[in-house]
Amino acid sequence: MSDVAERVKKIVVEHLGVEESKVTENASFIDDLGADSLDTVELVMAFEEEFSVEIPDDAAEKILTVKDAIDFISKNS
Amino acid sequence: MRRVVVTGLGLVTPLGSGVKTNWERLLAAQSGIRRVESFDVSDLPAQIAGVVPRGTNPGELDLDSVASARDRRRMDDFIVYGLAAATEAVLDSGWLPEDDESRERTGVMIGSGIGGLPNIADGALTLEKSGPRRISPFFIPAALINLVSGHVSIRYGFKGPNHAVVTACATGAHAIGDAARLIMFDDADVMVAGGAEAAVHRLGLAGFAAARALSTGFNDRPTEASRPWDKERDGFVMGEGAGIVVLEELEHAKKRGAKIYGEVIGYGMSGDAHHITAPADDGNGGYRAMVAALKRAQVTIDDIDYINAHGTSTPLGDEIELSAIKRLFREHAYKLSMSSTKSAVGHLLGAAGAVEAIFSLLAIRDQIVPPTLNLHNPSEGCDIDLVPLKAKERKVDIVLSNSFGFGGTNASLVFRKGP
Repeated sequence: MSDVAERVKKIVVEHLGVEESKVTENASFIDDLGADSLDTVELVMAFEEEFSVEIPDDAAEKILTVKDAIDFISKNS
Repeated sequence: MRRVVVTGLGLVTPLGSGVKTNWERLLAAQSGIRRVESFDVSDLPAQIAGVVPRGTNPGELDLDSVASARDRRRMDDFIVYGLAAATEAVLDSGWLPEDDESRERTGVMIGSGIGGLPNIADGALTLEKSGPRRISPFFIPAALINLVSGHVSIRYGFKGPNHAVVTACATGAHAIGDAARLIMFDDADVMVAGGAEAAVHRLGLAGFAAARALSTGFNDRPTEASRPWDKERDGFVMGEGAGIVVLEELEHAKKRGAKIYGEVIGYGMSGDAHHITAPADDGNGGYRAMVAALKRAQVTIDDIDYINAHGTSTPLGDEIELSAIKRLFREHAYKLSMSSTKSAVGHLLGAAGAVEAIFSLLAIRDQIVPPTLNLHNPSEGCDIDLVPLKAKERKVDIVLSNSFGFGGTNASLVFRKGP
């Protein structure tokens, strides 16, 4: 697993307080990991901080799963 | 009018977490005031406060048991304290309805004087340093005063009236009085009510110190700083925590066999119309709140056994309250007992009135009045029984609890034993 994927998953575990095993690449933040709309905003902020990237609002809206986050960060950082 | 009784209690104060711990330590004349160590106080005139002990030892507040780390990021500390005390009160009452109708007849009214001050202060620094994109989506809901009521309703599914009081240091008393009235007026059968506060922060200490309200002469002797009516008193000591009660319509409580701590029989309010921080010289605001509460309670001055005073340990306020009480109670002032439990926990601001209502109800339950700590040399004229230094057993059937707030807002509650 790539370094980006590891770090993304770690942030998700910390912020959503979920078991690591549940944070699969296809897991949806809202449907599978119990996040609400405010959690997703906070998650995006945490990704921005961790990877020193800016995630514009229109891109953030499309980050719905763990994989979406990994892909965006891999392409843009 | 429907009658209202108290069927559940919850406390988080500088003396500890839980009603039992608090009451034992209060009666043993222990103090929760200490030097502030969680942030730098070296440049502040007041360097002490009543701080809630946190941890997993007996009597400490275990934050993880209140809410998960994830959920706590959505709450400033006053919400955490409020939720902890509300949880204790609800479990104590045994009122955990599962059906929609019962839940819709159960409401919440928990206030705070200041709300999320630490969160707002820290958020402002983040905004200045890192810009708006770094402000958390939880910034607003973590700071809003009514979010204690919100979280309690969400946790237990209480769908009745959801409200929050904001009247500075009278908040807790107003919340209990107003919530009782919602039950009397048939808006609800059960109300979870009280106050929560967590403003012990550099900005909070600096602000109250600037208003010349805080004790500054006892930084090296924290446990001696809160000394209502004592000649050496020099201001109040900030405290934090929460006091929450479950209020219930009498027949509703009897029907389910609930334990009853006492009945809310009187509630009186007034405004000083005088000054933003100082009480009127003759204490007429407090006087009128007490008169209104006694009238509503349909009791006479001779019926009051114990007064839990507002008694914050400020040079001006303590004597003004006492003079109003002597004026109102006349010769009976020398037969009742009055103490200030702020001597042990400090001034919990928006939580104070609710915490003190709970101490008053426990005084009724155990027929013992809690002490006024550090009262070695009463000021001139402070010559009634102020329960100095040691708790005192005596008849306690009807109690009066006073709370006065900045802005000249006053509330008095009267509780009676039974029924």
